[in-house]
Amino acid sequence: MAGRVEGKVAFVTGAARGQGRSHALRLAEEGADIIAVDIAAQIDTVPYAMSTPDDLAQTVKEVEALDRRIIATQADVRDYDALKSAVDDGVAQLGRLDIVAANAGIFGHARAEEMPEQTWQDMIGVNLTGVWHAAKAAIPHIRAGGHGGSIVLTSSTAGLMPFENFAHYTAAKHGVVGLMRTLALELAPDFIRVNSVHPTSVNTDMIHNSATYELFAPDLPPEQRTKEVLGERFQTLNALPIRWVEPRDISNAVLWLASDESRYVTGVTLPIDAGSLIK
Amino acid sequence: MGKLEGKVAFITGAARGQGRSHAVRLAREGADIIAVDICRQIDSVPYPMATPDDLAETVKEVEGLDRRIFAQQADVRDEAGLAAAFEAGVAELGPVDIVLANAGIAPLAVHETHGAWQDVIDVNLTGVFNTVETAIPSMIERGQGGAIVLTSSTAGINGIGGPSRGGLGYTAAKHGVVGLMRSYANNLAPHSIRVNTVHPTGVSTPMVVNDAMQEFLAQDPSLGNAMANALPVDMVEPVDISNAIAWLVSDDARYVTGITVPVDAGFTNKK
Repeated sequence: MAGRVEGKVAFVTGAARGQGRSHALRLAEEGADIIAVDIAAQIDTVPYAMSTPDDLAQTVKEVEALDRRIIATQADVRDYDALKSAVDDGVAQLGRLDIVAANAGIFGHARAEEMPEQTWQDMIGVNLTGVWHAAKAAIPHIRAGGHGGSIVLTSSTAGLMPFENFAHYTAAKHGVVGLMRTLALELAPDFIRVNSVHPTSVNTDMIHNSATYELFAPDLPPEQRTKEVLGERFQTLNALPIRWVEPRDISNAVLWLASDESRYVTGVTLPIDAGSLIK
Repeated sequence: MGKLEGKVAFITGAARGQGRSHAVRLAREGADIIAVDICRQIDSVPYPMATPDDLAETVKEVEGLDRRIFAQQADVRDEAGLAAAFEAGVAELGPVDIVLANAGIAPLAVHETHGAWQDVIDVNLTGVFNTVETAIPSMIERGQGGAIVLTSSTAGINGIGGPSRGGLGYTAAKHGVVGLMRSYANNLAPHSIRVNTVHPTGVSTPMVVNDAMQEFLAQDPSLGNAMANALPVDMVEPVDISNAIAWLVSDDARYVTGITVPVDAGFTNKK
């Protein structure tokens, strides 16, 4: 049976690990070739270990194990020229571009009034400007194909509701919704669809780190901030009785939005949030 | 193997249009179907409604996919009649995992009847309530979770449909469905029963593609213009709604609940 995105090419940012790797694999399982980018380096203001070149190499290995092609490049989504080169090179090698998963993102926390300037700038640079850069670099290639396409921007429940303690993240993720809505209008005549996904907490390194655990359990000494204890606290965010969702749950939504099964879905905010937004 | 192998889906308004498409799409994924439809006319509805022959055609198409289907005529406004059909279906096919509250009318006519408001509220809102109320006790008791999709509309998130009694009723009912969905999603989350809505733009079915609707839209061109999509398509097909539902009720969306899913060619975003 043909895959649900057979013969298509997908550009995935933040593809070295976590949700990005999962998206690359899920799309490859359904027949897509992958253009993968990741910074694979640390940003000073990010309070947990970011991905590495080894992580990106692992994504390459796993996609190739599915008999799909992948062109992977180390690139920072804040650097438009580098991102554009990576996409141009990927399209030159893989022949076309149909799908974008603008997924690269970082997290951190501070009260708004105490947040260092650079922390804010880095967050907006990666989680908002980086998403725009991914779309901007991709659109000419998708349009050139002449048969439409699908762009999926990764926002968050924090793109649709307020949270205390991470104004920079919440502002960036809300901004992604505005970007999505505008792109959806601008690209509709070319049948390029644009939607956003809004995950609740996802079981990745972005939540399982001492900085995020501190945010969720400031009342406990660090040694008591176990995954079990934190799981109960994450669960209070959700209506369904679960602690967090898995990267593959977001990938399944991205896949649906990327496939022709959603050929007339555009301009939509799609929560995968265990009921967090309506709770 | 289908994504819904071994599941049973209860679908209202299944004789034709979107409901039949849902039945066939879910059957393709392996589900058995309990199908109900009123299969007769309601006075305020200015186009021919489904017939027993239509429901028989749905049965034939599902059986053609080697799935089982239990079909019975029932009016979603009649809670007792609906419950009887549901129970007879469960007795034959087993307990229900999936509920699609799809039955709906559009009493939009140039010369509308006074009853248009009440009829559309009764079918499109109370009928959805009756459908969910009929199904949930057994789903909760069974303890295996489940998925419920309520069919709303772009008129469930936008003030469209014009000033007629039927148009206002349609928009109010479809907005009301969103309130039902959000409350049910919260109430049923502890039981891992997920509840979501779909919001189609114009769908190519007998409810939309008929002389009365054309006449209704023609008498006020602003209505038609206000219903133009962002993507360059006039209407979507029933299968497009079915594909959204097939995703929502499958384990691919196992943690999706309480959400509104427009399948609207960018209509809502363009407003």
